Amino acid sequence: MSDIKYILGSFGDPDEMMHGIEKLQENNISIYDVYTPMPIHGIEAKLGIKRSRIDIAAFCFGITGTCCAFALIYFCAVIDWRVNIGGKPSFALPDFVPIMFELTVLFCAFGMVLTYYASTHLFPGRAPRVMDLRATDDRFVIAIDAKDNAEHTVIDGLLKGAGALEVKYNERKYVSYE
Amino acid sequence: MSGHNESILREPLITGDNITYAKITDDILMPVENKPNKAWWIGFIVASLGALLWVVAVSYTFWNGIGSWGLNKTVGWAWDITGFVWWVGIGHAGTLISAVLLLFRQNWRNSINRSAEAMTIFAVICAATYVVSHMGRPWLAYWVLPLPNQFGSLWVNFNSPLVWDMFAISTYFSVSLLFWYTGLLPDIATIRDRAVGTRRKIYSIFSFGWSGSVKTWQRFEAVSLILAGISTPLVLSVHTIVSMDFATSVIPGWHTTIFPPYFVAGAIFSGFAMVLTLLLVARKVLGLENYITMFHIESMNKIIILTGSIVGVAYLTEFFIAWYSGSEYESYAFVNRSTGPYWWSYWMMMTCNVISPQLLWFKKIRLSIKATWILSIVVNVGMWFERFVIIVTSLHRDYIPSSWAMFYPTWVDISVFVGSIGLFFTLFLLFLRVLPSIAIAEVKIILKSASEQAKKKIIEEGSEKPEYINEYIESLEKFDSVKQEDYAKI
Repeated sequence: MSDIKYILGSFGDPDEMMHGIEKLQENNISIYDVYTPMPIHGIEAKLGIKRSRIDIAAFCFGITGTCCAFALIYFCAVIDWRVNIGGKPSFALPDFVPIMFELTVLFCAFGMVLTYYASTHLFPGRAPRVMDLRATDDRFVIAIDAKDNAEHTVIDGLLKGAGALEVKYNERKYVSYE
Repeated sequence: MSGHNESILREPLITGDNITYAKITDDILMPVENKPNKAWWIGFIVASLGALLWVVAVSYTFWNGIGSWGLNKTVGWAWDITGFVWWVGIGHAGTLISAVLLLFRQNWRNSINRSAEAMTIFAVICAATYVVSHMGRPWLAYWVLPLPNQFGSLWVNFNSPLVWDMFAISTYFSVSLLFWYTGLLPDIATIRDRAVGTRRKIYSIFSFGWSGSVKTWQRFEAVSLILAGISTPLVLSVHTIVSMDFATSVIPGWHTTIFPPYFVAGAIFSGFAMVLTLLLVARKVLGLENYITMFHIESMNKIIILTGSIVGVAYLTEFFIAWYSGSEYESYAFVNRSTGPYWWSYWMMMTCNVISPQLLWFKKIRLSIKATWILSIVVNVGMWFERFVIIVTSLHRDYIPSSWAMFYPTWVDISVFVGSIGLFFTLFLLFLRVLPSIAIAEVKIILKSASEQAKKKIIEEGSEKPEYINEYIESLEKFDSVKQEDYAKI
């Protein structure tokens, strides 16, 4: 058994890479992940990745913000210390709206983005797990787990047939640790 | 999808032959990966001297209090709030480009959004410093927060637009920063993977370990879209609330319901002007003519005509309502504005904001880089005067004629303002050196569909109608980055 951990098909064109994914899937070769320098539309359907549920999280954070803002203003202005301003009612709902709106946006934005960072493991100083350094520049890289898919020559042929400019055999999972 | 062709009837968003993904990266990262040229150094030295002036003037204000400004008992708000509203307004274009144009699927935003968002953040920083220094005792700035108040029993007054403004501006700043930084992550990763040594380590920390895997991108796009969705009402709300600082008072000239839409249009107007001021220079100096094309410039000019005309209509409406309302005080405020001692600032505002932008209806002017650049500065001068007119002319003649006064700025007033421009340019020039000024990943998305070379390929395939081809080639005439002789043979 060789030390090869991952086979990388490096494409110069996103459409050829999509073609490569189709070819691999036709031959029942499982794809570990795909690394691209830009978002590729339609790829998640091809790889069977479910729709992101971050919008639900965003809504929940947003509504939390609305409630927090209302609770805060209501507590301060109505319960804790009513201020008599020309005999007008303390519970002046229209005046509460701007801050309720702003806190909705604030909670939604921060909640959602922090959820995004957490779910994709992004945080300051995290060691980048990069398989091919050109995947953030001009290459579209399909990564295949070499242990799970034993027929390396078949994979090589399929990738090159689909238009891969280069096929790499990495003995380390991530090259960026060096 | 990357492989979809776009109709040739649309103008290309990326010009030039042989643009590859690698070339996009190289072109955009050129200023980041190389030593700065002379032009940058000259700009930076001048700007940082301005920033130094700002530090001196703001420190002087902090030390001596706002008595060092030219304010008096009658004119209690002047250059400070003028500067604040001016800067916040300028910031609005960045969010408009990154959020509103994303929702409308305007792909031309892809090459200008990054620098416009950076501009937003720096402009809001400049605006925020005015807020802090005009408090008089900036070390007590936290009093604007709804804290349990041990100095008395009161909370902040939630009915006050100034409190709303604190929430609006701080939300706006932090959400803009978040939006901008999240969008930067893939591009910082691009710099990281091309760099070596210490540079790589630094960019590695700031890239948050971005890998570009399928799930990361999928969620990235969802997050961007939702952030755009919430930033759109946010940006409108911010200037609405800024305008309420005035509109909810009972000062003639301020107490009008037209203020929110009028302020928002004015903000977008001045913001786009500032984007043009910056980008027309940046595209030349950084050699980005292929990405920020004449189409982009023309589109921004069209937005300037639209918003400038809205502002013009708002000025006239204000005037009409001042007369139509039958309110003596309101009428006087407007007559005084246009014919009183500050007539020159009123007509300066009218000329720069309403009359001169109408020149952009002429295609020749709209497509002239020099004329556009001069007009963009004229617009910002006009927008500064707009705020000055609204604030000072409404205050300087109040209800008791014996307290009527004029406002004369001191050297501190002038230095804080001039210095804030220096601070803004210092931050912007530093941004151009350390971060990509164009969103690399977003430009790559449109390479295969909306670039000149992709459209040329469609034409060469020969299945397009000749009249379409002619129309397309005619539309290319305005591009200074397209060689017409390439199309002569087609």
